[in-house]
Amino acid sequence: MSVLTNNLPLFLDLFWKTLQLFAVSAVLSLVLGTILAALRVSPVPVFRGIGTGYVTVLRNTPLTLVFVFFVFAYPLLDILKIENYTAAVVALSLYTAAFVCEVVRSGINTVPVGQAEASRALGLTFVQMLGNVVLPQALRSVVPPMTSTMIALLKNTTVASGFAVAQAGNIRDSLSEQGENVLFGLLWVALGFVILVMPLTYVQQVFEKRWSVAR
Amino acid sequence: MSMVLFDVPGPKARARHKIMAVIGIAAVLAGLVYVAMRFIATNQFSSRRLDWINYKQIQLSLVEAIGNTLSAFAVGAALALAFGAIFAAARLSDHAWVRAPAAVIVEIFRAIPLVIMMFFFYYGLPVAGVKLSAFTAVVVSLMLYNGSVLAEIFRAGINSLPKGQSEAAYALGMRKTQVMTFVLLPQALRAMLPTIISQLVVLLKDTALGFLITFEELLRWGTRIGGDAVNFGRPMISVMIVVALIYIGLCLLLTWLATYLEKRNRRNKKVIHLDDDAAGQVQLGNASTTVGAGLAV
Repeated sequence: MSVLTNNLPLFLDLFWKTLQLFAVSAVLSLVLGTILAALRVSPVPVFRGIGTGYVTVLRNTPLTLVFVFFVFAYPLLDILKIENYTAAVVALSLYTAAFVCEVVRSGINTVPVGQAEASRALGLTFVQMLGNVVLPQALRSVVPPMTSTMIALLKNTTVASGFAVAQAGNIRDSLSEQGENVLFGLLWVALGFVILVMPLTYVQQVFEKRWSVAR
Repeated sequence: MSMVLFDVPGPKARARHKIMAVIGIAAVLAGLVYVAMRFIATNQFSSRRLDWINYKQIQLSLVEAIGNTLSAFAVGAALALAFGAIFAAARLSDHAWVRAPAAVIVEIFRAIPLVIMMFFFYYGLPVAGVKLSAFTAVVVSLMLYNGSVLAEIFRAGINSLPKGQSEAAYALGMRKTQVMTFVLLPQALRAMLPTIISQLVVLLKDTALGFLITFEELLRWGTRIGGDAVNFGRPMISVMIVVALIYIGLCLLLTWLATYLEKRNRRNKKVIHLDDDAAGQVQLGNASTTVGAGLAV
């Protein structure tokens, strides 16, 4: 207990940074993932190919490797200097976008065919049909798996510990520098993540029950 | 599947699609050409930076690194499958005193980030006098995390079988264990196999987290060779491309196995086809708590 009470500011500060990193990456990956999903269901075969290629590569690459690429390899190319924090955001967003894309796409597939057919009959364009008819309905079946993806993203922010980006995974470093008990410190960090994740899981269950309406 | 979102294109639409295809290809090509130009401009593929490939010592260490990754994967997968089977059985138990603790353990291990678990076993436990090797720390963490996810997958798979299967088995006078081992498990396993394998792909990718606790696996090998400024002038780009290709190749091999099994399942009449792929729902985000068949979307 003393590990936590003695270092409370440290814990709060780094967990707050975790949440910030999570929020920024979540927004970026949601936007990019939705665009990718639109590409994957588009009528143009080339666009579908681009979407599929992106998802295949990113989903089969370890997140740590994406981090290593942006932190160690990318600076060698001399394109645009980025800080480690930016590199972490980019790595997390690009990686998570592939999973968001798959979730959105499977959500689109749950919308009955008649919806798309009816909107075509009304003369809507592909973009109008997707944006005004299909995606809003897909949202309902997308929320539970999307929450899971976001929980995974929240946990994945700790990968940044290996790349000098301040977040909750780094609490261990600070504690061991101060000679504190790392064992209990890590247990508190773990508890912190359990506390962060549990409400999300609960919300997800509520949505799952409320929105599992028969169509 | 996605074909339902648009009509079969007519002549006008085909012309429009062609224009968009050209724009799309041009955009992707422009990006790739730019990256290639940066590669050339910064001399990433100079003979000095590709020299590492020629050293026997380095080739051997690459093989050894791949071996380490694969052995962590194999041991971790075996342990995670066992852990998952035991805890799924416990969560499906009729006794609340078995069910409740198992549920708590599974939920907690799914909520803790793998990195924190690895730190705990590698940096935390020595404080209490227990010293684990990096390999053991990686394998134990993989077992606890992926085992918990697999437990949920198993449970969802068994729960999603039609109720008539177990009812019929009970009516024949089978015991609980017999119903599970002779009737439910064989069917559920076949239906879940693709999902289980894609969770194993996740496990394979997660071995790369061993990088953070100095486990000598493929990625750590890559950063060591790629960061060598003295002998090869930091060939990080070329080394990382090789490492990425190896990882993608290994994962695709597993994914291909999953699709193959799925296709074979579809042809096999013995397999019960579930409308709502409850096990798949759990896997999709690795943390969904699908309560049962009826609730899955």
